[in-house]
Amino acid sequence: MKGKSPSITNKLWSCSAVLAILLFWQVITGTGMIDAFLLPSPLQVIKAFITEFPTLMEHSVITLSEAFVGLGLGIFLGFLMAVAMDQFEPLYQALYPLVILTQTVPTVAIAPLLVLWFGYEMTPKVILIVITTFFPITIGLLTGFRSSDPDAVSLLRAMGAGKRQIFFYIKLPGAMDPFFSGLRISASYAVVGAVISEWLGGFGGLGVYMTRVKKAFSFDKMFAVILLISIISLILMNGVEILQWLFMPWKRIKNDK
Amino acid sequence: MAVLKVMGITKSFDGQKIIENITLELNEGELVSLLGISGGGKTTLFNVIAGLSQPDEGKVYLDGADITGRPGQVSYMLQKDLLLPYRTIEDNVALPLLIKGMKKREARQKVSGYFDQFGLHCTQKKYPSQLSGGMKQRAALLRTYLFSERVALLDEPFSALDMLTKSRIHDWYLQIMEQIHLSTLFVTHDIDEAILLSDRICLLTGQPGRITKEIRIEEPRPRSKDFPLSERFLEYKQKVLYHLEAGT
Repeated sequence: MKGKSPSITNKLWSCSAVLAILLFWQVITGTGMIDAFLLPSPLQVIKAFITEFPTLMEHSVITLSEAFVGLGLGIFLGFLMAVAMDQFEPLYQALYPLVILTQTVPTVAIAPLLVLWFGYEMTPKVILIVITTFFPITIGLLTGFRSSDPDAVSLLRAMGAGKRQIFFYIKLPGAMDPFFSGLRISASYAVVGAVISEWLGGFGGLGVYMTRVKKAFSFDKMFAVILLISIISLILMNGVEILQWLFMPWKRIKNDK
Repeated sequence: MAVLKVMGITKSFDGQKIIENITLELNEGELVSLLGISGGGKTTLFNVIAGLSQPDEGKVYLDGADITGRPGQVSYMLQKDLLLPYRTIEDNVALPLLIKGMKKREARQKVSGYFDQFGLHCTQKKYPSQLSGGMKQRAALLRTYLFSERVALLDEPFSALDMLTKSRIHDWYLQIMEQIHLSTLFVTHDIDEAILLSDRICLLTGQPGRITKEIRIEEPRPRSKDFPLSERFLEYKQKVLYHLEAGT
């Protein structure tokens, strides 16, 4: 029981902080200190969220499918790259700076180019998401692979293990922790990446919807989308947490001790 | 009959000789200690015997076959238990069998038969983080034993344990040795431990390290807990200390 009380108090603090901000927001908008068309009140946002819910869901299906395809490919590519770079030192030396470089290129800047090259369909969006999501995965896995205990590797070698066995018995399971940290980041990048790429053109999705309502100056709907994107990101990040819980049973046990 | 033969091993790093002309034999069921100060080249010698590094000179034979520079023949155990935190104890212990290509199910079955004998009751499904230091070392020894029931290298296996746990594990180890007859090369810097456990003690001294003296411990087995408190024990200790001094 002793261990439980601090986390509950922590949650209490963070909840009250959120509530305080919402209350402050409601007061300044509700009393007319800021005009409602510039900044809608939280209650208006929630109202818009409810009335627009069916439309929002339609668009989120499009955005989410882009995000999942992109994230899936990003994980696949990130995994392949990390394994290849770990196994072949020259490849590591050659690609590492390039991998870092891809992250210094702002997503918003290449998105229009991708639209020009690949059109308004799903392809440019998926490509953009892949570019943003593979990075945390690759770096996470590489860090994990490279931090494996050299003594454990030697022991397995002495037992006659080959490169492949060392990979599956030591490197891969040892990289699960940083991999999931990377995945958590990638999952939220995927949604944001999808929305950004939709801003620049497309036929549906939360980003397209967002540009539409912005042009109509319906800021309450705009905030409703922002709220939805946050909720989706949170759900995805929690999903990753659940995956981690499932895939790393030894972590659960440590906490029970 | 000699199970393991180490013939004239010399090894240097960066032009500096670490060990020179090390020759020793390990007979069936025997425990030979290699006693010397830390950093005296014991670990270098172990890596050569385990096949992880090539000696500059000399050969290693296992049952008469040349295994110099060939890993996968002799396993070892270190002060660090090196149990993989993400594998249960049974899967950790089964690792050498899996590496040799045994199916997981079969390996688990084989492994489970040894848990009680090694004093690891009901730990099969536990993770290393749930075990005490002494228990982890038992599991590590079982893993080493499952790799080869013939010969094992133990590099200061108990030196990280506290005194009480260490003395308990010594009792356990003496007991288990009566059952498994594992030919063991045992590295330590603990004189008491060497005398208590060994049939022979080889002193590794000097720079580069050489074997300067071999002392036979003629105490019958099974050895009792009282042996370390006996006069004979002190005589051995005096002898070891004298030759250690003389060697440096």
